[in-house]
Amino acid sequence: MVNLADSPELQSAAGVDAKEIAAQPGARASVQVSVDEDRRSAASSAPIKARATDLNFYYGAYQALKSINIEIREKQVTALIGPSGCGKSTFLRCFNRMHDLTPGTRYEGSITLYPDDTNLVARNIDPIEVRMRIGMVFQKPNPFPKSIFENVAYGLRVSGRRSRVGIAEEVEKALRHAALWDEVKDRLDSSGLSLSGGQQQRLCIARALATQPEILLFDEPTSALDPIATARIEELIATLREEVTVIIVTHNMQQAARVSDYTAFMYLGELVEFDETSRIFTNPSKKATEDYITGRYG
Amino acid sequence: MTVSVSAQRTQLRASVERRKLFDRLFVLVGMCILFAALLTLGVLFLNLVHDGAARFGWDFFSSFPSRIATRAGILSAWVGTSLVMLVTIAVAMPMGVAAAIYLEEYAPKNWVTAIIEINVTNLAGVPSIIYGLLALGLFVYKMSLGESILTAGLTLALLILPIVIVATREALRAVPRSIREAAYALGATQWEVTAHHVLPYSTGGILTGMIIGLSRAIGETAPIITIGALAFIAFLPASPISGEFPYVNFTWLSDSFTVMPIQMFNWVSRPDPAFQVNAAAAGAILLGMTLLMNGIAIYVRYRFRKKINW
Repeated sequence: MVNLADSPELQSAAGVDAKEIAAQPGARASVQVSVDEDRRSAASSAPIKARATDLNFYYGAYQALKSINIEIREKQVTALIGPSGCGKSTFLRCFNRMHDLTPGTRYEGSITLYPDDTNLVARNIDPIEVRMRIGMVFQKPNPFPKSIFENVAYGLRVSGRRSRVGIAEEVEKALRHAALWDEVKDRLDSSGLSLSGGQQQRLCIARALATQPEILLFDEPTSALDPIATARIEELIATLREEVTVIIVTHNMQQAARVSDYTAFMYLGELVEFDETSRIFTNPSKKATEDYITGRYG
Repeated sequence: MTVSVSAQRTQLRASVERRKLFDRLFVLVGMCILFAALLTLGVLFLNLVHDGAARFGWDFFSSFPSRIATRAGILSAWVGTSLVMLVTIAVAMPMGVAAAIYLEEYAPKNWVTAIIEINVTNLAGVPSIIYGLLALGLFVYKMSLGESILTAGLTLALLILPIVIVATREALRAVPRSIREAAYALGATQWEVTAHHVLPYSTGGILTGMIIGLSRAIGETAPIITIGALAFIAFLPASPISGEFPYVNFTWLSDSFTVMPIQMFNWVSRPDPAFQVNAAAAGAILLGMTLLMNGIAIYVRYRFRKKINW
């Protein structure tokens, strides 16, 4: 078994800064555990949660995604990497139909969600329904300027939950899952904006978890955070895979190596290579992938 | 070596000093302009207060206009102004906010919307007398609403509608896209995003725009004269609140009225200099009301900004 974080090839390959890792000893230890034990055993046997088939996506006349085919495994973490503008965020946002908010966008092909065979990008499927099943965490923490409690409860309220006790239970559960409960349990009424950046991002994760989504999408969730907050989020993502299927877009290749089970490398709107993370980072089959992860471009 | 380094430094400092001179110059010019504007307003206000000083007092507020200058008061004027403003708020607020929400959140981005947007902005620049003529033709003659409080309120509401719409759109636009996306990502509908998030977070800006609009309306004279407000009224409209069921009534809407600026105008145009004192006092009070409303607008904005900082 390859220990990703310790393998010298990978460290040089992904440009790991030894000092940076040394600055986050806790993160390193926990990530290693998940990499070593959890990951490989479940990976190949996990059932398929979603499958993109010949997915094309257009902004007006511009084709941003070109015939993407990929399988997302249930309760696994799939990372999307690639240089800026390669379409990884665009692809991620197809899963919850975020593009429907922009006029002039168009999907072709399908993203089938299992087990019920729903085509997420089909015109007759309401994007609201899709978004209630698939949660999202954004690049910059974006809590509502409401109380911490109301932030987490919002998804439940939108979905029609009325029972106060029920909502309170779900909020606590979500905050515990997002590893934020102990820090905020005494001030659930204070504004979500009063939290630090890292806490805000965990609040956003709790908010997305509260409605028990089937897939949780992360769009560069740590790019606005400091290294310590980043480490906590990564730790959290590693534990989330027990509950939910995760797809994460990241600019940071070490992050992809640390948190994901599968990695997809995208370039110019195409999916270049998709494989288990260990293979992508140690023995990629395409030249372009190797060039990217060794820092030759991007 | 050291000599050249110090020479370089001297040169650098001289250059910085030279460039900073422009900074200071700009501040100076800006301060002068600001000071001139504020001074004019201040002098005007103090002058009005000085001229009208003799008339300030409870009697001035509680007396009807009279032929005897020292007995004349502004009771019917400030009551009229308050009731007209009530109608204006009740009409302009919901209409303006709804129009702004539609234009900003819902309207498709096409040429029809573009034309509407341009015209809304243009309407803000239409002279108020034109609104008065429109109201005379539409409300007074066509709809037979009479020379009433309702007509005046509707006219002023039309007048400030563009201000309210533009200010509200500005406030809605200030809600970051990321907040909307967060709500959409949780499965909220467009209406839910608007009602639960966009509107509450932009309340400060909307209220500010509304108050600014009202402080314009409160001083408007031309359209009110055009629709035929009376300059001399020695009675009050029916009270909106009564002691017996149903406690609220709307007969006041069709009553004749006068407003502060018209009362002032009436006094100014009289030959007896004693009335000039009344006019000055009423002017000071009107200016005070406007400043107070603007003060409230600033406070409201401050309160909401403090609560919500993106």
